[in-house]
Amino acid sequence: MLEIKNLHVKLEEEDKQILKGVTLSIGAGEVHAIMGPNGSGKSTLSYVLSGRDGYTVTDGSATLDGADLLEMDPELRAAQGLFLAFQYPVEIPGVGNMTFLRTALNAQRKTRGEPEISAGDFLKLVREKAKNLKIDAEMLKRPVNVGFSGGEKKRNEILQMAMLEPKMCILDETDSGLDVDAMKLVSEGVNALRSAGRSFLVITHYQRLLDHIKPDVVHIMAAGRIIKTGGPELALEVENNGYADLLAEVK
Amino acid sequence: MGAVSVKAEALMQRLAGLARPSELAAPREAAMARLAGMGLPSKRDEYWQYTDPAALNATVALPAALAVDDDAALFGALDAVRLVFVDGVFDAAASDDLALAGVTISRLANAPDGHWAETAYGALEALGQTPIARPWATLNTAYATDGLLIHVTGKAQKPLSITYLRRDQLTDAILHHVIKLDAGAELTLLEQGPAAARLNHVIEVDLGTSARFHHIRAQGRDMGRRAVTHIFAHLAGEALFKSFTLTADGALTRNEAVITFAGPNAKAHIAGAAMGDGAFHHDDTVFITHAAERCESRQVFKKVLKHGAVGVFQGKILVKKGAQKTDGYQISQALLLDDGSQFLAKPELEIYADDVKCSHGSTSGAIDDTALFYLRSRGVPLRAAQSLLILAFLADTIAEIEDEAIAEDIRAGLETWLARHES
Ligand SMILES: Nc1ncnc2c1ncn2[C@@H]1O[C@H](COP(=O)(O)OP(=O)(O)OP(=O)(O)O)[C@@H](O)[C@H]1O
Ligand SMILES: [Mg+2]
Repeated sequence: MLEIKNLHVKLEEEDKQILKGVTLSIGAGEVHAIMGPNGSGKSTLSYVLSGRDGYTVTDGSATLDGADLLEMDPELRAAQGLFLAFQYPVEIPGVGNMTFLRTALNAQRKTRGEPEISAGDFLKLVREKAKNLKIDAEMLKRPVNVGFSGGEKKRNEILQMAMLEPKMCILDETDSGLDVDAMKLVSEGVNALRSAGRSFLVITHYQRLLDHIKPDVVHIMAAGRIIKTGGPELALEVENNGYADLLAEVK
Repeated sequence: MGAVSVKAEALMQRLAGLARPSELAAPREAAMARLAGMGLPSKRDEYWQYTDPAALNATVALPAALAVDDDAALFGALDAVRLVFVDGVFDAAASDDLALAGVTISRLANAPDGHWAETAYGALEALGQTPIARPWATLNTAYATDGLLIHVTGKAQKPLSITYLRRDQLTDAILHHVIKLDAGAELTLLEQGPAAARLNHVIEVDLGTSARFHHIRAQGRDMGRRAVTHIFAHLAGEALFKSFTLTADGALTRNEAVITFAGPNAKAHIAGAAMGDGAFHHDDTVFITHAAERCESRQVFKKVLKHGAVGVFQGKILVKKGAQKTDGYQISQALLLDDGSQFLAKPELEIYADDVKCSHGSTSGAIDDTALFYLRSRGVPLRAAQSLLILAFLADTIAEIEDEAIAEDIRAGLETWLARHES
């Protein structure tokens, strides 16, 4: 599904290398987790994959089902099935959440040559998905993320994911800011989407989320590299001992 | 030459080709006398420091090419009394009958002696000359060739919808409407169309106690059009005045609004959305006088500027002594779509009462890159994402339109414009 090879990324504006050779392969239906110290480049990886400005790829490649992601505009990557749940979801005053969802859904359909969803079907769909995430009608009417609490913003990201049904989902610290119940809700939302054709890359600092969303593979990222890859037990090790031992191993 | 003689000279030249109509002679005489003392503005006037009046002062109008791509008219689905002006002249054949329950309408161009407007015509314009002279409005009172005299005695059941068509590249029109709303009366006035290559337009609105007036105007949208417009509104107690203007394109537009609260508990909201691409200079100049207690004024002006377009906002709130509990709000913002565009703002508060709440703010900035990326990451293409953010930026102005069907029409008009100006 997602193949990242030897990815090197620097900031466009300054000579600062952030990713220093990331290699990662996620198969269809797999769930991978990335953990790693603050500032190690996890969000940068997610931004580069989804096409945010401000970064220069100096080496390496990233493909989604064989198609070169790095050549595509962000909107095309989305239409091809890539989705990023932002670590910091963006507020857009003046654009209603419903308008946003419908515009996004129809734009993707159009790009893929599919017909637009009817107003009625859209409403039904959004109500059903929102209900599962305990997002009330009032929140749907508000401008995108404006005045949402931290946890509400994260739930809104998952609502978008549920609506857009991407095949490659990247969740950047979706668990941070969630209370215990919301974490369960969100995890259930994610698990409901798990299928043979859909893969996940879950960035998190806490093992707790991985109790709910069971990963197949866990990677540890440090200073712009994947320094260790293992099974779910790796997350437990980090939870218990922190990163010191792992970092020492590489040195 | 001194400043005064420059202005007098400019006035003489401008009047050279003009003929003063005979209807409502007395108020026109009075306007002539006021005008002689004012002269015409020059760029050296403080009130015209951001907008060069030269093209308005010129003896003849510069040609403005007619728009080729004719957009569908706005407000088409609305049940309204439709009135049409062609090249600045009322076209009775193309208009509905001037019959609407609760409203009497007559034409300025054939107002008989003894018409009720004899005392109203030019009256609010005259009041609006202090503390700042507005010579174009006075010239308009003296020389307007056509317009409507509207007396609203009850609740008008339908909006009046005026369309100003333009067939000639050189039309130089001076139009003047007088609208008088009796106590408790209500009217919605819609205006649209390019009107003229050069337009001088005045509306005087006199609102009686508890009267309600809604005004929605779409100034469109020929590139070469030049216009100076004035709205003078005078509000008795409990009255409501709401005015929204959409300006799309036009080489030069100066929209002035002069609003006075004369009785307590009245409300006036004035909003403007302007979009310009290239040779576009748009000036909103507002002067609101709170001369009564507990009135609320709200100014919401937003401009979207690209390819070197220029936006100007001059907005003043004057709170007179004794106008306690005044609530005055003013915001002016520009979205600059490139580095070549420019927004000049001069917000002013002058307050002589101690128990008031007044605020003003002015900002200009580019499209929010983070929001743009967020939308694109959800699959919305770049152009569509930009349009969505531009509409979002203008949303506060459209929110000032109470009628949802009218607001929807304005939104559609904006979308058409954005689609045409994507590059
Ligand atoms: N636009 C930028 N300008 C300057 N530095 C940047 C920029 N983007 C990223 N960085 C730097 O790159 C490094 C990696 O940042 P990134 O956000 O990817 O870390 P992270 O692993 O997601 O951290 P966290 O766990 O705190 O979210 C950090 O040192 C950060 O300061
Ligand atoms: Mg991060």
